Amino acid sequence: MLQHRLSTAETMILPVIGALSLLAAWQWLVPALGVPAYIVPTPAAVLRTFATEWRFLLQNAVPTWLEAVLGFLLGNAFAVLMAIVFVYSRRFRAAYFPVVLLFNTIPVLALAPIIILIFGLGMLPKVIIAALLCFFPTLVNMARGLQLATVNELELMHVLSASHWETFWRLRAPRSIPLLFASLRISATTCIIGAIVGEWIGSNQGLGAVIIQSTFNYQAEKLFAAVLLASLSGITFFTVVTQIEQIFHRLLPQGN
Amino acid sequence: MGGTLAIKAEGLSLGYAGSGKPVRVLSDVDLTVEKGEFLTILGPSGCGKSTFLRAVADLLPPIAGHLWVLGKAVSEARQRREVAFVFQEPTLLPWRTARQNIALPLQVGKGSVSRSVNPRTDHWLDLVGLSQLGDRYPHQLSGGQRQRVSIARALQCEPDVLLMDEPFGALDEITRDRLNDELLAIWRETRTTVLFVTHSISEAIYLGGRVLVLAANPGRVQALIDLASLKDDNGAPRREGPDVQETAAKLRQLLRVGGA
Repeated sequence: MLQHRLSTAETMILPVIGALSLLAAWQWLVPALGVPAYIVPTPAAVLRTFATEWRFLLQNAVPTWLEAVLGFLLGNAFAVLMAIVFVYSRRFRAAYFPVVLLFNTIPVLALAPIIILIFGLGMLPKVIIAALLCFFPTLVNMARGLQLATVNELELMHVLSASHWETFWRLRAPRSIPLLFASLRISATTCIIGAIVGEWIGSNQGLGAVIIQSTFNYQAEKLFAAVLLASLSGITFFTVVTQIEQIFHRLLPQGN
Repeated sequence: MGGTLAIKAEGLSLGYAGSGKPVRVLSDVDLTVEKGEFLTILGPSGCGKSTFLRAVADLLPPIAGHLWVLGKAVSEARQRREVAFVFQEPTLLPWRTARQNIALPLQVGKGSVSRSVNPRTDHWLDLVGLSQLGDRYPHQLSGGQRQRVSIARALQCEPDVLLMDEPFGALDEITRDRLNDELLAIWRETRTTVLFVTHSISEAIYLGGRVLVLAANPGRVQALIDLASLKDDNGAPRREGPDVQETAAKLRQLLRVGGA
């Protein structure tokens, strides 16, 4: 059967209708099924909590944002540096890439207590957990991206007697940009996960701490508000990275 | 190694070092090419015609024998920007406009370039007939236009030896004929030495002052044929004529024998 395309208005409005319908169902179903408000609050109650507790929520969001952003920068910077070393030293790559991949199979939830144990209860362990989550996808993507230059392109650089540095800067780096941003987009949301997981295990501030404390205290409205704020933070980070990617795409179009 | 020789090969053997015994692609080539000559290289697939070009460009070290470019080692000629290469694929960087692609040779290898390179990017753009399209990106150009940009980028090096590896192989016949004429015009203006690999007999005859015919299995030189008699008095080449037909038939026969 031939399916006709949706109009632009439809593609804009339908997702909003979808979300609103689910919220309405939730608002109606929770009391109708007799679920107590301290287990699952209604959307309206969560919204009300945002209005009354915004100062408290913001106070706790700021450290989470800070840990996430620092972890994002730290993890991705290390990943890019290591990918560059991998590209230029096959021996180093052969020696350490398998170890790094093996390390990546350790679940972050299992790793987090060890990092808290080593680095204490401050902000640093949360930054490190966020950085670790950003590190692996970017390392793998960047290592691949830096190898994307074709044999012909590398031979062209050789015939032009380009130095290693010039070949890297004029050819390998621009070639790797699309793959780098693919992993930066992933990192934009995982860095918040990392920060929150760190806060679960040992912190009295941050969105992760709010989530744990309000769960234990049956403060469901606060819990849902914190979860929603974490999700909104992820969307915001993602949008910022996408906007930066757009700028790069205009500067370095990759053809088709 | 006289001062007028562009290329000199003595007992040159080329191949690829595999795991164990190197795979020989081309054996015992003895060849001299004068400065300013247009030599076409014709042969069946697997005869090593591209391999020979790659050796001249210092992309492949010889297994045996000697190879000089302008009386120097190939690596030295490359570092002095005396050799430029046009690949079968245009090999343009997609994030650079046509003009920026042509400027690439000015931005890399500066440390090893001993002589000054003239930054005449717009001149080269003009010479290949793309003065209006300099700000276009490669994906906004046709196949023929992309290959023109790639030729202009090679000319930017102002090479003494221009190596072309089936540059028009992927283009349609009409575009190819036009680019053949443009290339000859550029060659007459720059007087650079051209080594042009092709698998088209008519292209080899039309462009070349001489044609080097290679045979496959094993790759070797089969014949070196002078085409001077096929040019007009003013040096212009012809596509038609009984002598052209005769030479084409002779080359076809050589290729048939050499491809076996």
